[in-house]
Amino acid sequence: MDFLALLIICVKVLLVFAATMLTVLLMIYAERRISAFIQGRLGPNRVGPHGLLQPIADGIKFLMKEDIIPAGVDKPIYLLAPAMLLIPALMTFAVIPFGSDITLFGRNIPLQVADVNVGILYILALTSIGVYGLVLAGWASNSKYPLIGGLRSSAQLISYELTMGLAIVSIVLLSGSLRLNDIISQQQGHFLSWNVFKQPLAFLIFLIAVYAETNRLPFDLTEAEQELVGGYHTEYSSMKFAMFYMAEYANMITAAALTVTLFFGGWDLPFLNETSMGMLGVVLSVAAFILKTAFFLFLFIWVRWTFPRFRYDQLMNLGWKVMLPLALFNIFITAGYLALTI
Amino acid sequence: MTFLFYFVACLTIISALFVVLNRNPVYSAVMLVLCFFSIATLYLLLEAYFVAVLEIIIYAGAIMVLFLFVIMLLDLGREAALPKLKKLDKALSLFLVVIIFLGILTLTIWSGGDLHQTLNPSSVGDIKAVGKALFTDYLLPFEVASLLLLVALIGTVYLAKRRVK
Repeated sequence: MDFLALLIICVKVLLVFAATMLTVLLMIYAERRISAFIQGRLGPNRVGPHGLLQPIADGIKFLMKEDIIPAGVDKPIYLLAPAMLLIPALMTFAVIPFGSDITLFGRNIPLQVADVNVGILYILALTSIGVYGLVLAGWASNSKYPLIGGLRSSAQLISYELTMGLAIVSIVLLSGSLRLNDIISQQQGHFLSWNVFKQPLAFLIFLIAVYAETNRLPFDLTEAEQELVGGYHTEYSSMKFAMFYMAEYANMITAAALTVTLFFGGWDLPFLNETSMGMLGVVLSVAAFILKTAFFLFLFIWVRWTFPRFRYDQLMNLGWKVMLPLALFNIFITAGYLALTI
Repeated sequence: MTFLFYFVACLTIISALFVVLNRNPVYSAVMLVLCFFSIATLYLLLEAYFVAVLEIIIYAGAIMVLFLFVIMLLDLGREAALPKLKKLDKALSLFLVVIIFLGILTLTIWSGGDLHQTLNPSSVGDIKAVGKALFTDYLLPFEVASLLLLVALIGTVYLAKRRVK
């Protein structure tokens, strides 16, 4: 590997990291403005034009606040837990392609940090690692509400991870590859070749499982304010609390991007062949990816302020008795169809 | 690459040691997760991506989360529940560990020829090859293993139901 290739990788890593962080800021702003709109309020509109600088003001507030470490916490794990949640959340985006290949200085540069041939499994592995942050934060706080929140999150994430994996399996059956690039290229051309039209049931199951995996309403049992104060992050303050917050939004961004990649053709624009259009194609494909992802991020917020929360037993019943059999049924049908046609 | 290998190998051994030496079960569990991660990194260095990812998904992502769940449910973490060992016991266990370690070491060095076998990375990392092997050559062990898991599942349900009555 020569110097230039290393430089390109570093630039891509920085670019993706900066874009994720910027989107986190925008998401916090959007969440507050859209929730205000849904509830007939105005929302933050004082700091900067239309209140756009509000998230930066929030960030400064978090940094300046006193960092309280409550007595009786298990200090090493208490300090480690926010990082254990945030780092996998930021790492997951590495395998998602966000545009068609770009040609610069005679080099073909794929717009993706790492092209791994087990891309989907990499994402599943990292989402399953994210549980530790929640569970250990709940345990290390040495307090009853965080502990209950942590226990709930471990049970919830394990249950829905299974369903999410099974929904992905039916996509993998169609594409015959675990590389995200192959899955995208297989959906190119007409927009009816997007997986959402081929696998509507898998899409529905995946979408519901994603909401449970990111701890968003209607599945935010781990931090249900009315019963658990704040759940796993009750005892956290200042920047460590902000890290939990950032991890939640980073997870949502990855989840939205993954939904787009698996079911909506990724950066693909229907009826266009981006790879043959040079620079314009690259710009169009990146724009298409951002727009599609933005829609699913909006959906996250929309759902949060529209639906009530599930009860815990309802959540488990839905996960194990409805979603799991449906996902298995879908795999059975897909595999049967493939076996008969090929 | 060589430096990376030695670094990760040391990390594996140290984290494995801390799993045993820690008196707090939660710390042991976290160290075991670190150990699995180092092993996965070793697989990555061998270019066996599939095995590396499986190591993390199955061991670090599923089994260890359940371990932590149980430890937290039983609240074992607060105080070290184990009784303090006597001096004689300590000496005896240390002696046994050293003997077994030396025995394994001699055996490994003695039959050293096998150590230098290299696997074809593409065959280990390829999912199609693994799947094909599972459903042709190793079909019987595969099915027997799934049966074993089913038996364990039924046993758990039975035990859990009996306690409710």
